[in-house]
Amino acid sequence: MAGDSRSTGVYGALGSVWATLSTRAAIGPAWLRKAVGWALLAGFLYWIPTYYPESVVTALTKTVCLAIAALGLNLLTGYTGQISVGHGAFFGIGAYTLTILVTDHGWGYPAAMVVAAALSFVVGVIVGLPALRIKGLYLALVTLGLASLFPLAVKRFSDLTGGSQGKRLRPPLRPPEGSGLANDQFIYYVTIAVAVVCFVLVRNLVRSRVGRSLIAIRDNETAAATMGVNITRTKLAVFGVSAMLAGIGGALSVLDSRFVNAGSYQIDRSIEILVAVVIGGVASIAGPILGAVAVVFVPDRLPENLAVWKPVMFAALLIGLVFLAPGGIMGMFKRIGGEARVALARRAAADDGDTSA
Amino acid sequence: MSEFLQFTFIGLQRGAVYASLAIALVIIFRTTGLLNFAQGEMAMFSTYFVSVAYDAGLPLPAAVVVGVAGGFLLGAAAQVLLVRPVSNRSMGNPLPIVIVTIGLFLGLNGLAPRMPWGETTRPFPVPFGTGSIELLGATLSHRTIGTLLVLASEVAVLWLLFQKTRLGLALRGVASNAESSSLVGIPVNRMLTVGWGLAAAFGTVAGVLSVEGGVDNTLMISPLVFAFAAATLGGFDSELGAVVGGLIVGVFSELVAHYVDLVGQDLKLLPAFVLILLVLLLRPQGLFGRAQVTRV
Amino acid sequence: MPGGGELMADELLRVDGLDAGYGPVQVLRGLGFTVDEGEIVVILGANGAGKTTTLRAVSGMLPASGSVRFKGQEVLGRRPDQLCSLGMAHVPQGRGTITDLTVDENLRLGAYTRKDHAEISADVASWYDTFPRLGERRDQAAGSMSGGEQQMLAIARALMSRPTLLLLDEPSLGLAPLVTKELFARIADINRERGTAVLVVEQNANLALSVAARGYVLETGQILTSGTAEELQNDDAVRQAYLGR
Repeated sequence: MAGDSRSTGVYGALGSVWATLSTRAAIGPAWLRKAVGWALLAGFLYWIPTYYPESVVTALTKTVCLAIAALGLNLLTGYTGQISVGHGAFFGIGAYTLTILVTDHGWGYPAAMVVAAALSFVVGVIVGLPALRIKGLYLALVTLGLASLFPLAVKRFSDLTGGSQGKRLRPPLRPPEGSGLANDQFIYYVTIAVAVVCFVLVRNLVRSRVGRSLIAIRDNETAAATMGVNITRTKLAVFGVSAMLAGIGGALSVLDSRFVNAGSYQIDRSIEILVAVVIGGVASIAGPILGAVAVVFVPDRLPENLAVWKPVMFAALLIGLVFLAPGGIMGMFKRIGGEARVALARRAAADDGDTSA
Repeated sequence: MSEFLQFTFIGLQRGAVYASLAIALVIIFRTTGLLNFAQGEMAMFSTYFVSVAYDAGLPLPAAVVVGVAGGFLLGAAAQVLLVRPVSNRSMGNPLPIVIVTIGLFLGLNGLAPRMPWGETTRPFPVPFGTGSIELLGATLSHRTIGTLLVLASEVAVLWLLFQKTRLGLALRGVASNAESSSLVGIPVNRMLTVGWGLAAAFGTVAGVLSVEGGVDNTLMISPLVFAFAAATLGGFDSELGAVVGGLIVGVFSELVAHYVDLVGQDLKLLPAFVLILLVLLLRPQGLFGRAQVTRV
Repeated sequence: MPGGGELMADELLRVDGLDAGYGPVQVLRGLGFTVDEGEIVVILGANGAGKTTTLRAVSGMLPASGSVRFKGQEVLGRRPDQLCSLGMAHVPQGRGTITDLTVDENLRLGAYTRKDHAEISADVASWYDTFPRLGERRDQAAGSMSGGEQQMLAIARALMSRPTLLLLDEPSLGLAPLVTKELFARIADINRERGTAVLVVEQNANLALSVAARGYVLETGQILTSGTAEELQNDDAVRQAYLGR
């Protein structure tokens, strides 16, 4: 999103601090630092459920599910310029598909998960079909309809879905014998593992030829067309993948909650995903994680009498971010990083000046 | 046959409500090229104004006038405080503005129950009463007749405004070519503010017409989707299209709900949703629209 | 009559030290020129010299720094609609047709700053006399007309506000030579009959100088040379660069 001013004030100061820290803390070659960083992160993710109580682990699992859905929306918005206010519906499609297949048809979890992802993909492509004819933000329009329709459909087909009463997931996913893991810990690790696969896939996707052609499409459709990018097919595929990620997030979320009902997949679910994307920063891979953390953890810590204000706070956040930090948290980081590079370059130039003087 | 007619009548009444909200969407699209996702919630909010004024002792028509004025101010304020600064900074990218309107949707919806008018559903009189007449073996309620008459007068007022007044000409000029309009002396920003105000004022009428028994913050959620379907079908740049589209969507979804078991009363939204998809796929400019919908 | 001060009675527009550009690209560098009341002034220059930018900066469409005095008052920083109310009308490049409105509505919109309904109607009728083609198409959507017709409409629309100064941006662009010639003859008529001052930027230097009193030659955002139309027509450098002979 455009609109960044050229004023540097706070960002300049933070960038300068960052530059100092990065020069002081730089030990060893870059690849080694990166590898150590990733290892630390992996160790940290492994360690969390062994230390924290079940409530925190559950909240983290919820966060990761939301982050996967937000990753999907982020892929869509960041790389095609489209916006969806219906990702909560894909989330719900994933959740219900898994629940119905496992509970009513006795499917195994992996197979049910694959079908949940595939079904979300197909619905995503159908909803994206108008891309064949028009450009612009029409997807917002269609997905608004989808988001409103989904809970109604759940109620209408209550034989299948359990309607407003809801439906239990049976049998629940149990940790393998002898693993020594509690339910919540096992589900946390499963969710993290799927999330890692999703994030790596998306990262590779946006860095591939397809990813570059996506950015070309977003920035200039005509130019992309002359470059030989098959626009509609690429776009439809992105719609599908984006919906599929939301579906996977939804399917994973049931592992822990073990319950689905119509009320959980109203339009506020879609808006939650959207808020996570805007908070984290559009068109970044790490943004959805930060956004999801903010969306799940912050409201949970609110005192009871403030909880009713949650939608208003989300609204203020959405609007405030568009005004103050159009790039979200990751956008702020990128700006600070940019200022840090400027500061480093300036210091290097000053050093040269000293030696030559 | 009389059954078919009966459900057509019901559909016409619902359709008239959708049409009146679609008119508001079209006014904003025509003056600013934007989709306002908060249109329904703005209408919900100003319907609360009507309800408060009515409970304070004003007769319903006077209370509606109060609400329409309040709606105008609400819409104008939203444009001045939120939309204008964002569109100045986003340089033609509609995404930030759409996010702002979604934020406004969420904010107004969350704010309404927190306002002094209370958390519970406010009782509200049924517009035009509960009487009815018999026509060709079907019951035509006073409410349906009244709603259709209100819709007709809205169309007449809009036609007069846009075709016969200097303000209307200026609004259309800004919608068609803002730069040239400013060069002939039209204060473009003020016109955009008036456009948002007008849309919200018309939205108030839609809000009052959609009340079924009481006012709460879910009042306009479902009508908004139907109204988007209506505007899509009619063409986003045509008021006439919004009206015809609204009536078609209303009647179509009512008949499908009655005659197709799979859909039923619960899934009335499904036919409207399918209409949105089909129209965007087959005739993106809608029935009456001229331009391709490119900035939706 | 406009222009209150005795000393400046003749000077309608004075531009001094005008800097303007798009983002980081500076286009105008300390530009200065004047237009007197009732005068036709032409600004010549190659593509990219800054002709359009000059007009856009003067009429408030583009942020600029320096000084623009119109009718003796500083107007830099005002919006285009405010300047229009003061008596400055600008026909932008590409004609700025308000395509969805009819020809008649385009003209009436041009009179937005006026409230004298009877006279507005009379003015519209007189434009139909001046440009009969417009009269024939008065109820047609303006966007459906030919380029020449749209240019006529754009000029008529701008003059509906009864301006004291008309800014014209490349009126000949995309028009057949015969139409262009006709157009400049009309501009000269309007100037003579109504006393409207005209500031025109043009690539077709021959034609523009034939109706103008004075001219300026613009190069990379600065005034290279200036003089009466006759002087410029006889200036060797100008002849080589812009008159093609």
